[in-house]
Amino acid sequence: MKLFAVLTAGLAAMLLGSCSNAPATTVLDVWAMGREGEVVGDLVPEFERENPGVKVRVQQLPFTAAHEKLLTAFVGNAMPDMAQLGNSWVPEFATLGALDPLDGRVAATPAIPRADYYPGIWDSNVVDGRLYGVPWYVDTRLLFYRRDILKRAGFGHPPRDWAEWRRQMEAIKKLVGPDKYAIYLPLNEYEPLEILGLQASEPMVTDDARGNFRSAGFRKALDFYLGTMRDGLAPVVATTQVANVWDEFDRGWFSFYITGPWQIGEFKRRLPPGHQNEWMTAPMPGPDGPGVSNAGGSSLVLFKSSTKKDAAWKLVRFLSRPDIQSRFHALTGDLPPRISVWKTPELANDPYAKAFGEQMMRVRATPKVPEWEQIATDLKLVSEKAAHGELTADQAVAELDKRADETLAKRRWILARKKLGGVSRAEARS
Amino acid sequence: MSQERAAWGFVAPALVALGLFFFLPVAAALVLSFTDFDIYAVADIGNLRFVGLDNYIHLLETPLFWKALGNTAWFVILGVPLSIMMSLAAALLLDNKLARFKGFFRTVYFAPVVTTLVAVAVIWRYLLHTKYGLVNWALGGIGIGPIDWLGDPHWSMPAIVLFAVWKNFGYNMIIILAGLQTIPEELHEAARIDGASAFQRLRHVTLPGLAPVLLVVSILTMAGYFQLFAEPYVMTQGGPVESTVSILYFMYEQGFRWWNLGFASAIAFVLFLIMFALTLVQLKVSERWTQ
Repeated sequence: MKLFAVLTAGLAAMLLGSCSNAPATTVLDVWAMGREGEVVGDLVPEFERENPGVKVRVQQLPFTAAHEKLLTAFVGNAMPDMAQLGNSWVPEFATLGALDPLDGRVAATPAIPRADYYPGIWDSNVVDGRLYGVPWYVDTRLLFYRRDILKRAGFGHPPRDWAEWRRQMEAIKKLVGPDKYAIYLPLNEYEPLEILGLQASEPMVTDDARGNFRSAGFRKALDFYLGTMRDGLAPVVATTQVANVWDEFDRGWFSFYITGPWQIGEFKRRLPPGHQNEWMTAPMPGPDGPGVSNAGGSSLVLFKSSTKKDAAWKLVRFLSRPDIQSRFHALTGDLPPRISVWKTPELANDPYAKAFGEQMMRVRATPKVPEWEQIATDLKLVSEKAAHGELTADQAVAELDKRADETLAKRRWILARKKLGGVSRAEARS
Repeated sequence: MSQERAAWGFVAPALVALGLFFFLPVAAALVLSFTDFDIYAVADIGNLRFVGLDNYIHLLETPLFWKALGNTAWFVILGVPLSIMMSLAAALLLDNKLARFKGFFRTVYFAPVVTTLVAVAVIWRYLLHTKYGLVNWALGGIGIGPIDWLGDPHWSMPAIVLFAVWKNFGYNMIIILAGLQTIPEELHEAARIDGASAFQRLRHVTLPGLAPVLLVVSILTMAGYFQLFAEPYVMTQGGPVESTVSILYFMYEQGFRWWNLGFASAIAFVLFLIMFALTLVQLKVSERWTQ
């Protein structure tokens, strides 16, 4: 009922945020989100000391409102100079033409060596062969599991492939009884199924902008996913129905949970000290052997509209420095994208981070189309229906393809037009 | 003549403001609804296509639109009578001569109206929790098994209704209370002397006296409830299984989440037409009532 009020408040916040008076020195406007937005403020003074004449003004955005605000700012021509951008949003803002390509700058900056970055996460910033962001931190998801329950079920190690995973889940279910489960796959999160889908050899969206959920690979992933619920290995619930995921994990309500690095700190803090030995992290199992996971996280981007790109690039270089990344990790728990930083003792000796380090060698970007988030939302809605038994797996994949094709219709028109344009230009030249 | 000119001078600022900030955007939105304005058009206006009535046709073919319409109608049908009955009951209690601490209770009942929706939504999510919520605990006390309020697609809308009614009944209560106080005491007294029971007095004295007030209240409540948005936005994000997606929520998602502004504008105009038609019906009904 209060849509208008919500929108006005957002607009007012934006107007206040973009007020500025003419500075004597170069003032960089930087937008950062969530916890990272708070922490980057602690790192800025050192940057300003090292770079006299550059002042940094950080504006914090909540993650939930960031996407809308960035789009509105783009339309209203009120972009900052630099921002932290979720790397699944990079293709969208690259399509908009909002981002400045960084290939030239990276080539001229030995302090940002491409070889020192995990390739999967680097690649998530490359759209149509051009680089649009420098990875800042990585959010990939993997397995958090109960070591003690798994041991009691007869397994001394976490699963390496789906078949073993399934055997372990069945054994755990037999052990814990009808009121408890083996795995928790919240129905209102698309990420677990998205990751299983990424593990398939076929892409979920084809190059000619069509849904590809009917592929054998995705079908296998969906069957695996739905199978856990059909056979009572996973509860058919959403996160809104679980009051405290850490308590439930501690009680053994479930033993496997697919989530990200931000939970390491939470698990350390919220599980009783005596139980800290009972949980561990493990890389994602794949259909046949170790599997890939999503190349999530945030990147640092420069905006085309900025007149202070050189100064902004200095800040990117500063924030990418290994010692700063180490400190950033200590402050936030975020995982660094640079291989050399992983060799520092804090990370190398952290038993919970080890699995993430291993997983980072195997991360894959989600399909690089601006519509992916909408398609992923449909993935959540359709799989939720299938989990509730309203659709069969066959109907679900057909429905997913239908919705994806509809969502991508405009993209296909643009691709076709571009191809035509390319052909006619080529003809004109010959 | 000069008087007329002066009058125009006085209304001009208001007309300019209305034209600039209301009629112009509405006209622009109407034009937008005949285009496929989206993220690609933001990037390059050359990607904009005039699609005629395609958005409207596509909208009518979108199952989620019908589902959202059904959800909204369900919310209105369930919520409006419940809300008005709650308001009426609370107003009658407060109007009763036996009632003590009237000022206190009036404040308590009105308090939810002025609280921040987002804050109370968080509290309601605790109240409605399946395992640890107070609502299920109370229901368990009278032998009703736990209800998965926000997780079960059948119960999510009733849960939203419960929340919305609790949040809003105080507002109508104040209006009805004012209406009750305009009914002359002599009428009640005369009815009592004629031997009318309490229920008969309510049925034949209070309610007819309140009729115009109830009509206004019902029109306002219906118009308000049709624009359901914030409650599902904070409580359920439209879930589970799209069971709490309202028309406005659907429009918001299309427009501001997926940036399909052409399509979202079409939804806005369809919503406008529906509201317009409903108001016409209500006016017709009210004409019959007042005659």
